[in-house]
Order: sequence, then structure tokens, then C-alpha cells
Amino acid sequence: MSLKTALCAATALTVMGTTAAIAETITIATVNNGDMIRMQGLTDDFTAKTGHEVEWVTLEENVLRQRVTTDISAKGGSFDIMTIGMYETPIWAKNGWLVSLDDLPAEYDVDDILPAMRGGLSYEGTLYAAPFYGESSMIMYRTDLMEAAGMEMPDAPTWDFVADAARAMTDKDNEVYGICLRGKAGWGENMAFLTATSNAFGARWFDEDWKPQFDSDAWATTLNFYIDLMNEAGPPGASNNGFNENLSLFQQGKCGMWIDATVAASFVTNPNESTVADKVGFALAPDTGLGKRSNWLWAWALAIPAGTQKEAAAKEFIQWATSKEYIELVAENEGWANVPPGARTSLYENENYKEVPFAQMTLDSILSADPNNPTVDPVPYVGVQFAAIPEFAGIANQVGQEFSSALAGQQTAEEALAKAQALTADEMEAAGY
Amino acid sequence: MARSVTQRRKIINTAAAWAIGLLIFFPILWTILTSFKTEAQAIADPPIFLGFDWTLENYGVVMERSNYMRFLWNSVIIAGGSTLLGTIIAVPAAWSMAFVPSKRTKDILLWMLSTKMLPAVGVLYPIYLIFIKMGLLDTKIALVVVLMLINLPIIVWMLYTYFKEIPGEILEAARMDGASLREEVLYVLTPMAIPGIASTILLNVILAWNEAFWTLNLTAAKAARLTAFIASYSSPEGLFYAKLSAASTMAIAPILILGWFSQKQLVSGLTFGAVK
Repeated sequence: MSLKTALCAATALTVMGTTAAIAETITIATVNNGDMIRMQGLTDDFTAKTGHEVEWVTLEENVLRQRVTTDISAKGGSFDIMTIGMYETPIWAKNGWLVSLDDLPAEYDVDDILPAMRGGLSYEGTLYAAPFYGESSMIMYRTDLMEAAGMEMPDAPTWDFVADAARAMTDKDNEVYGICLRGKAGWGENMAFLTATSNAFGARWFDEDWKPQFDSDAWATTLNFYIDLMNEAGPPGASNNGFNENLSLFQQGKCGMWIDATVAASFVTNPNESTVADKVGFALAPDTGLGKRSNWLWAWALAIPAGTQKEAAAKEFIQWATSKEYIELVAENEGWANVPPGARTSLYENENYKEVPFAQMTLDSILSADPNNPTVDPVPYVGVQFAAIPEFAGIANQVGQEFSSALAGQQTAEEALAKAQALTADEMEAAGY
Repeated sequence: MARSVTQRRKIINTAAAWAIGLLIFFPILWTILTSFKTEAQAIADPPIFLGFDWTLENYGVVMERSNYMRFLWNSVIIAGGSTLLGTIIAVPAAWSMAFVPSKRTKDILLWMLSTKMLPAVGVLYPIYLIFIKMGLLDTKIALVVVLMLINLPIIVWMLYTYFKEIPGEILEAARMDGASLREEVLYVLTPMAIPGIASTILLNVILAWNEAFWTLNLTAAKAARLTAFIASYSSPEGLFYAKLSAASTMAIAPILILGWFSQKQLVSGLTFGAVK
């Protein structure tokens, strides 16, 4: 009898224990971008399907980066899922900080993830973060101004064409500037744009022996071209402009062209926010005929920090948020133009999505960037607009300051490049390269 | 003649005071105005001052997206708790420094203040590791303790300055009448120093309320408070200035109202002892 009671009690406890293990509350750190906010709004669907509750910690991108880096390096365990990018993923995976995602079930269809995204979020062939949405950069231009200038934008223009068009569209008396580009200093600001641009001009950050290359002719051409173009056809005070400042200028009809993240397409074509919503065309980021274009590649991805107590629930969430079903859920609730782009091949085969005006150009831009082979000459690093080494962010922030001050006219391009070369060489030597 | 000059000077002084006051208040006013605009109006160039369609939409969005009451409650507990704890520790400390100073009192006071000169990020990692070990990450207790320690030098300094104004003879008389140390501090010193203590508490509530660095770094979901709430509406990729302004207005409103109501107390406390 007592054995029976004990067995019953043990069974009851096991059942209770199992139930408790099933219903978890996971904490997710994420950024305040439109797609992430939509995901937060749809969390109820995940809870209904799995029973897990979700707590969100939303932070500004740079704050988030610093916050999650502190937590993961100290093994703080504050988060069960972190939103990270292509830069962090391979570095953190190498440090053993992330749980590998190589055991996702067949119905998740991991092969459907765009190869460029999968490659950038893997380390030694293993996926460590699942792309929630991906982006590249492209040209957004004013079709009316282009027509008035008597020019026609090709789908894949050269930098010479873009420069000619920018000068032709500029009408400074009426505050219309032919081209708006990033100038604000920072590795994710002007250096993302300039590094991607330099790829098209045949420049690279390091040669195969990790020697900095800012003393090369290709970098001198890149920086001089950028500064001359911005002085002639750019808005005043461009050295302070980042994504938001240029978005604001473009939406108010003050930019002829803007080369920036593909995610901007949905903002500039939204009639509630943009005064030029019906006059926007898209084209691939320009090249110079050397075989590489000036577009970058980025993904916001979901990763699980090693050591979390709720790994199983976290994996379930990642499977839900980056699945094909999630895309359909967003389409149902918010329309096809608002689904997270750039992560899955199947999305671009969807007939409904093909009707979204910027869908094809976004895909073409993503496909034309190759993080494993980003430059004309070979390089030892992975990454299109960055080099995926821990030292890069710090160095690029300093180089960004030099380039930004050259754009502001405080020094020449040559002086900025000489300083960039010296400081990069110093930092790399100190880091043991 | 002399009277008219005085009158004119008065007008100029008043105008100048208003101008400076408005200049200082303008960023807050602009934030409040922006919170009632649409996102398109928020970035309009030239900026629209008052002639826009007032909307409460941003507040609606913010209330729907975030659990404002939880952030507010955490702010109240953490700002109040850290100030209370700090005051309990600082009153005896300031008493001893003011009334029974030693040779090194001045040095200790200066050393305490010097800890304020250390950049907070310099001790982030050690504190983070300690709190992991103690299991205190993302708890209100962690922030109460950290903010108390950060503001303690200011509390001690302020109370010390106020206590110095109180004649030691009164405390001596209390002792003569047989008051114990506890009674002396609690029933004689504290009532006399109420204006000073009140303004110290108010200033520290404001400082603790507005603190962002430690809040952002030590909290996640459970103990996050209004400064983290504001940060969640900032975005480098997307123009959400109107929503950010609405979130900011909601975060500063309680402390702004408290400041307004206690203005007299705050000013009299801060200028206490200025004229000798």
C-alpha cells in the first residue's frame, strides 16, 4: 500500500515537474526596429502554441550591443535569447558563447535560409544564429527629379552615372541635393557605407597578412570620390548625417538619391510618413566595373547564449519567429509589405510578395553581396562592410572619426587616410596580428 | 527719476529671468509638444511650433506596447528606496563629521566626493560579476544598493553642510539634559535640520529617478524602470521621434510634478546657509 502511495506521489511529482518544465518564461533582448516591434505584438501566437511566456527587453541598437556583450562575456544569464548581427555571431561562436542551432527539426527547413545569410551567421559551417530579417543597401531615388534631369536610372548603375545624376539633380537654391550619404562617424554608420563603397573601388581593409591598406590608391580614390561628390551634390552638414537624418531629408523631398539600408524602402514609400512616397524608384548600389558593388549585407538574428537554463524553450521561440509560418502570420495581420524580408528563399518565390515594389531589388541586393568573398583582391576576413574580428569595431570607430572630419573639411582625404593607416597599424600590432 | 530706473531695471531683470527660464525649459517643452505630433510633423522642416493637429496617438501606442505602470512602480521603489537607505546611513555620518570632527574629517569628505569623479563604466564589470554571484542581476535590490552608494557622497556632503549651521551648543544642552546619542540625533538634530534633510531627499530622489547607466546595465525585464523605458523607444533605423517624445514625457511627468510642488522647499533648502 505504502509503495503504491509512494509511486502515485512520484508520478504526480513527475507530471508536475514536466508541466513546470514545459511552461517557461523566456527573456529576449532585442532592438527597436519595426520588424521586432511587430514580432512583440504577435507573441501571443507563440504563447498559445507552446505555453511559454515571453518577456521583452527592447533597447537602442548600440545600447543593446554593449548590454548583451557585457552579459554574455560575464555569463550573467540575464537573457535567454539575444538579437545580434552578422558581426557578433562568428566572433561569439568562436568564443563558445552561443548555443549551436544545428539540430533544428526538418520542418523548419534550414536550407530555405538565404545562403548569404546562413554563411554570415555560421562559424566553421555550423549555424549559431537564425536570421530574423536581412538587409542590404541599395539606391533609392526620386523618379521625378531623375526625369527632370533628363536621365534614366539603370537597374545596376555605375558610380560615374550616380555622380553625374547627383550633380544634375542638385538645386541648392531650392534645398534639393542630388545625393544623401552617411557621414556620421561610427563603425555601423559612415564606415558601413564607406567600407562597402570601397569594395567597389577595389579597396580592402587588410591584405592577406592583415596589413592595413589605407595607404593604397584604391582607398585614396574612394575617399576623394566620396568627399568631392558630397561637397558638390550633398546636403550641408552631411558629416552629422546617419540613417535617420538622411531618411528625414529624403522623406521631405530634399534628396535626389539616397544609398542606404533596404529596410528604408518601406519608410520612404509610406504615404503617411513620406511626402515623396509615390515618386521613389530603386536600383542596385553602384559599382565601378571591377566586379564588386557598393552594397552591404546585414542580418538581425536570434541567438541563444550558452549556459541559459531555458535552452529548449528558447529554441522553440527561434523556430517560431524565423519560420515560414511566422512570415504568413505577419502577412495575415499586417500585409505582405510588412513581413520580415531577406531571410528565406521561399519568401521571394511567393506570388503575393512579388507584388511588393521593393521586394525584387532587396533580394537582388542581398544576393549580390558575398561576405566570404567581399573584395576585388583577396582578404583574410569575413564580412562585407566590416571585418569579423573583435578589434574591428573599435578601430573602425576611430577611422570613422577621421573620415567624418575629412568630409567636414577639417582635414584632407590624404591626411585622414594617413591617420587611419597609422592608428589601424598600431591597434592591429597591439592585438597581436 | 531714481524710481523709474529701478522700475526699468526690475522689468529688465524679470524679462531676463523669464528668458533664461524658458531657455532652460525649452527642451522639455519641445519634447512635450512633439509627443502630440504625428511622426511626419515631428521631423517637419521648418519645425512646427503649435500649428499642428494635436493627437494622442503616440501615447496610445506607447501604452499598448509597454507596461508603463511596471516601469513607473520600479522607478518609485528604486528612487525612493535608495534615497531612504542613503539618508539613514548619511544622517549619523554627517552628524559625526559636523559635531565630532577628527583630524581627517576634511580628507574623508574630499575622498568621498572623489568617488563621484570615477567614470561609472570603470567599475561596471566588477559590480556586474558581484551581482551575478549574489544572484541580484535584474532585481530592484541591486539598483537600490548601487544608486544609494553612488548618491551617498552627495547626501553626506549636503547634510554635513546643513548640520554645520546648527549650533553645537543646542546638542550639548540636550546631552546635559540626559539625552542619549540616539535621542540627540533623532529628536533634537533631525527636527532642526528638517528643511535641509527634505531638500537633500528631494534632490536625491531626482538624481536617482534620472539615473540611466546602471539601470540599463543591471536590469533586464523585471527591475527595468523608466529610464530603460525611454531607451526602448530610441532607434537608429527609423524615425520614431514622436513616440520617443511621448515615452519621455511619461517618464519625466511624475518627477516634474514632484519638483513643481516642492519647488519652495527645494530652493530654500539649496540656498540654506548661503548667507551667513
